Amino acid sequence: MSPEKLVRMANQIATFFASQPGTDQAERVAAHLKDFWGPEMRSELKSYVAAGHGGDVDELVVRALPLI
Amino acid sequence: MRDFVIPTDDRDMGTPAKVGAPVTLSIDGIEVTVPEGTSVMRAAAEAGIQVPKLCATDSVEAFGSCRLCVVEIEGRRGTPASCTTPVAEGMVVHTQAEKVKKVRKGVMELYISDHPLDCLTCAANGDCELQDMAGVVGLRDVRYEAPPEAPLANHFAARDTSGEANPEWLPKDTSNPYFTYDPSKCIVCSRCVRACEEVQGTFALTIEGRGFDSRVSAGGPGDDFLSSDCVSCGACVQACPTATLQEKSVIELGTPTRSVVTTCAYCGVGCSFKAELNGDELVRMVPYKHGKANRGHSCVKGRFAWGYANHAERILNPMIRETIDEPWREVSWEEALSFAAGRLKRIQERHGRKSVGVITSSRCTNEETYLVQKLTRAVFGNNNTDTCARVCHSPTGYGLGQTFGTSAGTQDFDSVMAADVVVVIGANPTDGHPVFASRLKKRLREGAKLIVIDPRRIDLVKSAHVEAAHHLPLRPGTNVAVVTALAHVIVTEKLYDEAFIRDRCDWDEFEEYAEFVSDLRHSPEMTEMQTGVPAEELRAAARLYATGGNGAIYYGLGVTEHSQGSTTVMGIANLAMLTGNIGRDGVGVNPLRGQNNVQGSCDMGSFPHELPGYRHVKNADVRAIFENAWGVEIDPEPGLRIPNMLDAAVAGQFKGLYCQGEDILQSDPDTKHVAAGLAAMECVIVHDLFLNETANYAHVFLPGSTFLEKDGTFTNAERRINRVRKVMAPRNGYADWEITQMLARAMGADWHYTHPAQIMEEIAATTPSFAGVTYDLLEDVGSVQWPCNEATPEGSPIMHVDGFVRGKGRLMITEYVATDERTGPRFPLLLTTGRILSQYNVGAQTRRTANTVWHQEDVLEVHPHDAELRGIKEGDWVRLASRSGETALRATLTDRVSPGVVYTTFHHPGTQANVITTDYSDWATNCPEYKVTAVQVSLSNGPTDWQKDYAAQAERARRVLPAAE
Ligand code: SF4
Ligand code: SF4
Ligand code: SF4
Ligand code: FES
Repeated sequence: MSPEKLVRMANQIATFFASQPGTDQAERVAAHLKDFWGPEMRSELKSYVAAGHGGDVDELVVRALPLI
Repeated sequence: MRDFVIPTDDRDMGTPAKVGAPVTLSIDGIEVTVPEGTSVMRAAAEAGIQVPKLCATDSVEAFGSCRLCVVEIEGRRGTPASCTTPVAEGMVVHTQAEKVKKVRKGVMELYISDHPLDCLTCAANGDCELQDMAGVVGLRDVRYEAPPEAPLANHFAARDTSGEANPEWLPKDTSNPYFTYDPSKCIVCSRCVRACEEVQGTFALTIEGRGFDSRVSAGGPGDDFLSSDCVSCGACVQACPTATLQEKSVIELGTPTRSVVTTCAYCGVGCSFKAELNGDELVRMVPYKHGKANRGHSCVKGRFAWGYANHAERILNPMIRETIDEPWREVSWEEALSFAAGRLKRIQERHGRKSVGVITSSRCTNEETYLVQKLTRAVFGNNNTDTCARVCHSPTGYGLGQTFGTSAGTQDFDSVMAADVVVVIGANPTDGHPVFASRLKKRLREGAKLIVIDPRRIDLVKSAHVEAAHHLPLRPGTNVAVVTALAHVIVTEKLYDEAFIRDRCDWDEFEEYAEFVSDLRHSPEMTEMQTGVPAEELRAAARLYATGGNGAIYYGLGVTEHSQGSTTVMGIANLAMLTGNIGRDGVGVNPLRGQNNVQGSCDMGSFPHELPGYRHVKNADVRAIFENAWGVEIDPEPGLRIPNMLDAAVAGQFKGLYCQGEDILQSDPDTKHVAAGLAAMECVIVHDLFLNETANYAHVFLPGSTFLEKDGTFTNAERRINRVRKVMAPRNGYADWEITQMLARAMGADWHYTHPAQIMEEIAATTPSFAGVTYDLLEDVGSVQWPCNEATPEGSPIMHVDGFVRGKGRLMITEYVATDERTGPRFPLLLTTGRILSQYNVGAQTRRTANTVWHQEDVLEVHPHDAELRGIKEGDWVRLASRSGETALRATLTDRVSPGVVYTTFHHPGTQANVITTDYSDWATNCPEYKVTAVQVSLSNGPTDWQKDYAAQAERARRVLPAAE
């Protein structure tokens, strides 16, 4: 799947949880990705970020990725 | 099991039921107790006595014009009409006193003297109340004779014996495609006029003229039924006691002799119908009086638009082809299924277990949907299942799940009759959910207030005898800002229901939420610039909802199909919790579901992350239930959603799809991307009635059955599980559940269901909210609303009564985030999409009925101001372009849309509105953002090259080789 699309979708999720109260936003982004994204999509996003293309990825997503 | 249900008590009780204190009276020596306010006529009917009547029927209030229903009441003078006389304690009524019998004969004689006595060849022969009443009152002769100086003082003879034309005679009006109006048979009882007003709420009919000259008239002078405001709901036809308003199908085929109660297969209202037949020939569909969703009403689709079942283009034999550029080859079921199974297995061997998947149908039954998701989870061995709810109400599932704990509307439809303030957000009920709209309008005429939040001035904003108190015409895409601003007003003006929040929600969460919404940036004055909604109007609407009594919210796809669809749903739930409008009659949060079984298809585990009953696949205990029932291991990871399947297909990872009753190529956004995904697959199996657009990319076509040809259940928007009953044998040979079973067996599964009731048993055994549902229960009580289990054995009309499903209700922070889809110099207008009454979704069925007289093509609504800037006139062809693609259609100029906004429907494949829509989607669920696309509109000469190429490709892809001899 195109990485741009995965990043856009992940960033949208992060934008929502960033607006939520509390200190567990990264956990909640991770939980959402685990609940709704298939494992292939998650690992594609992970390898995209691991390969150093993190620039366009929301910081909250970057923090969530190790949790999934 | 009884397959055919002949309704036991389908009698016309004469006048509507009332509620009130009990009143006891005596009728012909029989003691009967009825609620206060009941008519003497209805009380008699309760006692088993039918008082003769013509102008009364129990769908409308009595009018008292025919005087056939007169009775004698001891201690009262004269002969009062029983339909308009309310009961009183101790009343003694005689229905067959000598003087009333005489009055009745006189009345009948007058009627019959002006009626053509061609009963034997009349379409209503045997189904005519005038005939019946003439019989009941014992009319034996008609003594009236026309005076010699005016031999044509009648309405029924076109000419007199000398050939002179009769000025009183009017020709039949056959303009409506489904029924005729024959003035020569009219007895001017006004039942039709009252039905159109009271039941349907359209006010299309009037009685023109007085006395002998009075006539039923549709619309204004010069109008016929088709050109009038009539929406062809059939309520007047149903109410008419004679052949004056008569279904064309009955005229053609004769009066039906048997009936089967079943459920409409069009929209989420889920109306109950009596399918009336002779043998296995369907003659008409009549709304079923005891249907709890529709209470005897219907719309043009369910009532009349069933002809597609016999349309010439319906495919009845399975077909296959090696590649999609070949013509189709008709083959046997065995060959088609082994071809399909062979390909799917080969794909899985080469590309892995997860390289195939299914799409379940929101038009098929619960049982069929359950089997399709079972096919992928138990036979393919993955969770790649999705359904068209992805593109409509998936945000409802997520949003209501987060806030209330379960994904469903909170009320039954009856509840609207107890609402004081109704908020309609992003929905157009008069077109999308017409029978619900009729009830809503009835309630509004009784005095309830209406708030409409929609970019367009939908019909409800102002129509006959209905006017919205507030219309908030927001800019498409700003729902969250508007809903949060409403909450801002409610919280900052302290209009919230503190007792309810303390009791039913978490107070700390409320305080956090209150702080968030109280921020000045959410005030109507600050958001007005973004949303275009005048601040004062928004404040007034918020105050009305919070303080106007029972507040009920109904919303549709204008809420969900946005990049913040899920957030808006949560915002709506917040409003209901803040104001305590949840958990009782007359309030609630109600998603208006699009397709007939979209609720059911979600309930049945069609989503890739959820097993039936909305339970996540990650939960080992839930998986264990199904693992035990099915004897397989279930993948604990969520599968692919429709857009993900297509993306994965383009990337070469997803190769095979079984798509039941769903046309993703037409209904899903960004057509070119969908086409590319489908074209990249090696085995696309389309299971449908017609060669739909998706079938252009299919390798296997399995012909489907219509709702008339199978047993099962549909679940409507109020969670009501209604029976679908087999009315005739499937013309394609098998019901859809049988076909899915055959495919599963061809793949090696050991399935052997012999009736859908067994599938329901399996659903009940595995899914707690369905635990009490059986076909026997449905036979007994008609329908039930889930949850139906030990605690609620007859179902649950209203949810969250004593507490939320999730425990405490959860107020969620709803920050507005503008969509990435923005207007700019290249695409300065916002396109939003919707639907109209006569057509249904992608139109596969309705386009194949006479409903096309109302909507031959999709048109683009443009505000006159935007049109003038571009030199566009009414009816011009225009080019509609977005960054995804372009199409062409005709324009119509209207101020229903605000300047800067254009609107179209998506019922016709030629229009290809989804070539324009983008692949942006809801953040939580990937529900596509259909309701906002930045576009440009300009004059054009006709269809675009893409439309022409597409039509040519579709033409090629639909070739079928003649069957080998
Ligand atoms: S069909 Fe419905 S809308 Fe049309 S005239 Fe009859 S009742 Fe009114
Ligand atoms: S058309 Fe039928 S219902 Fe209407 S006034 Fe005439 S007879 Fe009565
Ligand atoms: S389409 Fe909807 S409103 Fe119309 S008859 Fe069918 S279920 Fe009822
Ligand atoms: S039925 Fe009562 S007056 Fe006509």
